[in-house]
Amino acid sequence: MSEVVAALDDLAVWFPTAAGVVRAVDGVSLQIRRGETLGLVGESGSGKSTTGLALLRLVDPTAGTVRVAGEDVTRWSRRQLRTLRRRVAMVFQDPQASLDPRLTIGASIAEPLIVHRLVDGAAARRRRVDELLDMVGLRGDLADRHPHELSGGQRQRVGIARALAGEPDLIVLDEPIASLDLSVQAQIMNLLRRLQRDLGLTYLFIAHDLAAVEHMSDRMAVMYLGRIVESGTPTQIWQAPAHPYTAALLSAVPVADPQVERDRRRIILSGDIPSPVDPPGGCRFRTRCPQARPECAETDPVLAEVAPEHRAACLFAGEAVRAMRAA
Amino acid sequence: MKPVLAVEDLTVTIDTRRGPARAVAGVDWAVRPGETLALVGESGSGKSMSVLAATGLAPRTARVSGRIHLLDTELTGLPEQRRRRLRGRHVGFVFQDPMTSLNPVLTVGRQVVEAAQEHLGLTRRAARSRAVELLDLVGIPSAGQRVDAYPHQFSGGMRQRVVIAMALACEPDLLIADEPTTALDVTTQAQIVELVADLQRRLGTAVVWITHDLGVVAGIADTVAVMYAGRILEQGPVDAVFGAPSHPYTRALLAARPDPAAGDADLVTIAGAPPSPLDLPPGCAFWPRCPVRGDARCEHEMPPLVPVSAGHQVRTFYPQATDRRD
Repeated sequence: MSEVVAALDDLAVWFPTAAGVVRAVDGVSLQIRRGETLGLVGESGSGKSTTGLALLRLVDPTAGTVRVAGEDVTRWSRRQLRTLRRRVAMVFQDPQASLDPRLTIGASIAEPLIVHRLVDGAAARRRRVDELLDMVGLRGDLADRHPHELSGGQRQRVGIARALAGEPDLIVLDEPIASLDLSVQAQIMNLLRRLQRDLGLTYLFIAHDLAAVEHMSDRMAVMYLGRIVESGTPTQIWQAPAHPYTAALLSAVPVADPQVERDRRRIILSGDIPSPVDPPGGCRFRTRCPQARPECAETDPVLAEVAPEHRAACLFAGEAVRAMRAA
Repeated sequence: MKPVLAVEDLTVTIDTRRGPARAVAGVDWAVRPGETLALVGESGSGKSMSVLAATGLAPRTARVSGRIHLLDTELTGLPEQRRRRLRGRHVGFVFQDPMTSLNPVLTVGRQVVEAAQEHLGLTRRAARSRAVELLDLVGIPSAGQRVDAYPHQFSGGMRQRVVIAMALACEPDLLIADEPTTALDVTTQAQIVELVADLQRRLGTAVVWITHDLGVVAGIADTVAVMYAGRILEQGPVDAVFGAPSHPYTRALLAARPDPAAGDADLVTIAGAPPSPLDLPPGCAFWPRCPVRGDARCEHEMPPLVPVSAGHQVRTFYPQATDRRD
């Protein structure tokens, strides 16, 4: 098995708010191996983005540990965090918001080179910026432009170039295609895959788009209300979901084929995701689960193996999904 | 059956500081009772603008031409007050962000029936019970109590249900749904899609659904129009357009989405980005990005919409041509 680049162990991230303590992440363990893409999928409020932020220590863990490249970074000081943020880079959803509108594209990409003292001298930096622009498929003359002069897809390429600048061990991609047009989404996904093949990059790919996560990932994890409820290979998750939530999520994804859409039976979940301030006791999904049984209110299920590499946190894993689909 | 709303040669030009932007150019479509027309396209394709212009909601800086028929009335040239009354009586709207349609300081009950009170002349008591009825119709649990709650007390999906209730209050003949599920989670999207389909079956409402999501289109549409740079590039019955996509752009859009059933190959992409409405190419607007790229004619001449099968039309000189990259 290849080297673990980053790992979370029983991570909790709680935020105090006026309405009470929001348990955004509440007991998440995962490992990301060198050269792979781990996909993290979930709906809003599932805690997937907070999990990504924790890997850069952009949020402080309430409990649990964060390990990057073998080191426990959970309590690292501000100074040490500078090193961490070179090892772990991030690409955000909205490239418009993550780029400084006053800086030229070249200056934005050069910024991490300066902060981390990676390249000395303006001429060498300029060469490195050109190289990075080329890697993400942008012309060198765009270095003198400002973000507003670029299209959404071009801005996201700049975001990726910035993330590549420090040659990080891990890149956290938080909804990197969500605000892009369809034709541009495919370009960015292909670019990310090509860069990974060429440079041996490691990704945590966070998205609500199940088909995109399936396409991008070597392994994937499904989050619900601050927990991972299922993990496995994309094929396992897609073809044989073991957790009722995963099955419902998959059945809700529309397919661009009118014939398939007419014939399919959707598992429509009732109600909304409960408040992370006061998650249900026992299994967190039981209030919306079409197969909930009395036991589910008493036991908080742990992630247990259902097949090699495939785990689900459900007392009736597999069985519940079969019953839902037969219903 | 006669269309509820039909546009012919609809053109919208918007005056901007950088010159006139042609947002919509010579668009024809119609939607009949009980039917769903999906307008699909990327941002800037003119899909929303064509509908806003057809219903008289285009911005003041827009110049609208063409013919617009709402039921039996020709809307172009009608005084604004008449148009407004017809719109209020016959058309309901649901937009992407429910908070743009809801007033945060009024109870949802009051908002749901506000328009109905004006257009149907309901008494206060009748209005309240109508509000409860409508909230119940769109699946809001304990509608009798929730009628007095404020928008912030609802989740995103529930707010969109309130907006749908509001849109249905006057029993409209036509519902305009502009990206109504784009901001929602996929399980909530499934709930809303199901709700609209169910209401449509029960009430016979015609629906124009604007979206960029081809999966949603496949599930809801009877007919579909694919728009690009202000023009319809392909339109027809949903089975024809998805089963035999005849424009290179439609084929490329369908291929650009990852398909879990397919292998691990890279996705088919469309190079570049859509053109600016301020600076459209002289011939086919898709030509610079087209994988077929016929010849000089594509570059200099706008291809006409030509029929490929019953009700199925495509705007290309090369229907059914194989993409060169295949």
